[in-house]
Amino acid sequence: MAEKAVLILGGTSDIARATALAFAKRDWTVRLAGRAPPELQREADDISARTGRTVTIHQFDVLATGSFAAFADALPGLPDVVISVVGLLGDQARAETDPDHASEIMRSNYEGPALILSLFAERFRARGAGAIVGISSVAGDRGRGSNYVYGSAKAGFTAFLSGLRNRLAASGVHVMTVKPGFVRTRMTEHMKLPPIITATPEEVGEAVLAGLSRHKDVIYVRPIWLLVMLIIRMIPEPVFKRLKL
Amino acid sequence: MTAISGWGRYPIIDTELIGPRTTEAIVRATEQGDQAVARGNGRAYGDAAVGVRQTITMTHLNRMRAFDHATGQVTVEAGVLLSDLIAAFLPRGFFPYVVPGTSFITVGGAIAADVHGKNHHGEGGFGRYVETLLLALPTGEVVRASRKDHPDLLQATIGGMGLTGSILEATIQLRRVETGWIRQRTMVANNLAAAIAALDGNESVTYSVAWIDCLAKGASLGRSLIFLGEHAASNQLDERQFANRFPLRKPPLSVPIDMPSFALNHWSVAAFNELYFRAGARKAGSSILVPAAPYFFPLDALGNWNRIYGRRGFVQHQCVLPAKNAEAALADMLGRIARRGGSSFLAVLKKLGEASGGLSFPMPGYTLALDFPIGRDLFSFLDELDVLVVKAGGRLYLAKDARQSRATFDAGYADLSGFRDVRRTIDPTGKIKSRLAARLGI
Repeated sequence: MAEKAVLILGGTSDIARATALAFAKRDWTVRLAGRAPPELQREADDISARTGRTVTIHQFDVLATGSFAAFADALPGLPDVVISVVGLLGDQARAETDPDHASEIMRSNYEGPALILSLFAERFRARGAGAIVGISSVAGDRGRGSNYVYGSAKAGFTAFLSGLRNRLAASGVHVMTVKPGFVRTRMTEHMKLPPIITATPEEVGEAVLAGLSRHKDVIYVRPIWLLVMLIIRMIPEPVFKRLKL
Repeated sequence: MTAISGWGRYPIIDTELIGPRTTEAIVRATEQGDQAVARGNGRAYGDAAVGVRQTITMTHLNRMRAFDHATGQVTVEAGVLLSDLIAAFLPRGFFPYVVPGTSFITVGGAIAADVHGKNHHGEGGFGRYVETLLLALPTGEVVRASRKDHPDLLQATIGGMGLTGSILEATIQLRRVETGWIRQRTMVANNLAAAIAALDGNESVTYSVAWIDCLAKGASLGRSLIFLGEHAASNQLDERQFANRFPLRKPPLSVPIDMPSFALNHWSVAAFNELYFRAGARKAGSSILVPAAPYFFPLDALGNWNRIYGRRGFVQHQCVLPAKNAEAALADMLGRIARRGGSSFLAVLKKLGEASGGLSFPMPGYTLALDFPIGRDLFSFLDELDVLVVKAGGRLYLAKDARQSRATFDAGYADLSGFRDVRRTIDPTGKIKSRLAARLGI
């Protein structure tokens, strides 16, 4: 039997790297897709040297939605699992007055990931098997003044994944939503994050694998986030709007 | 500015910390260096990896580039840790040829300090297994150095303490191993002469090291446990061990707080040493199988173990003494240490083999490594030990040093003309300068 293949979209982020390593260590073939081939190649070489597995790289731009079908057709076969790690935190203050930047955040976190996963979902449905994983965010669980442009796009992505899961429940296609919470990455290296609720990229990779094998629908990488977000969602809006969050 | 220190947490120095994410950024930082030096994982004990003004952190450069299963050669970026190499390649039957007492060092740092392990007497230092390296020079050039191309640069960079440029990548030869287990045999030596005789008598054993009870005096001065080791073959494992042929270590626990300075005192150390010696003596004679990680890196199981010495930090004094003068000088040093009762928690004696030149530490003879918490008259006491080292024709390990004098350094590393020539050629304006280099006038 051929080795199973995982396609990771957004292949040069810390979470993508850790997730790719976790799969490669368990003998999966890894396909990394992203915008910058030299950086992708560096990650691919690293994963291949560390694990001895096959790692291929594929040019992919999440904003170029018109090229998605051609991108999928050019892969060396339909993968068994597709994971979208694509995301753009952006600059909230700038997005408040710069519609182009706001649109870029919305499209990078919602439109692009949703459309590409949707395309693979259709092909998986036709095959009758496959798993779709979307790395969304706790920021999508409730809009906050400090990052609602990003958060609203993630909320859209979360809802999209939920609907996709609902539609495909009987088709043999598994759709999993991952909400990592705080993660120690390049994106957050200058922030002071509380250690108890901050995961490493490796934890995210392991959580994705564990979630897939247990057929989970929605996972928080550190379970404490379930409680944190439950409380945050329960705060009545008249109170919430006055909080500095 | 950021206050940083070496592993001994002394001295603590303000530096401009630069953390480039790409090879190109390291090349630029080296070219624009303002009295800068590259820093790996910060496990050098003193001021070797702290720049006079700037310090270039290499830990983001931690990707592996290629591995050739047929030759056992791996090419990695300089910030890859030995623990990463072991995690990736031990399960496939390969192990680094040379490992020091911790696996939490970078490949770049291992080359810069030409680190040695328990096999130096027979197999040499880390530098011997470097096939090629990619070096960013202060001129902005990137040079590939090997035994064929730019051999003088390769030679000077091995053990060069980062003073020839920033190592970007290296190709190193790994050792093929059948298992991840070590066949360990413990011997008891009742005094220093017996310890030296045991190390000499087991020259053909791959790994050997002696642990000395520094508090033993008089007739038992230098009483030791000698740990000998060989890589175990598959057919030497029992069924349970064979099922776990390449055991890997779990992530370390950590010392959560600075221990109070009084936690390590004469009595606590004496009690520890006594227990350790008795436990070792009970196991003496027969061979036991132990996983490679705890054999080579016992302290790696405890992250931040440097905190057990308290907030004031500690220094390590590691000297090498030429074989013919070693026993007398060691007896003198150990006698003074025992009289001072200076609670050296770890005292390790090891036989070293061929020297490799430049600033590289090893020379044929014996190396003694001692830890001392900072306090009292420590520095004047260490100066006394240095006098004995110099008199015996020995020298101190720069990767451990935080305080030796220029005179001690000049006496120990007498022939640096070749090294200084390379330095002048590649760095005429003095862009690279660590605190250690400034202190010792290198």
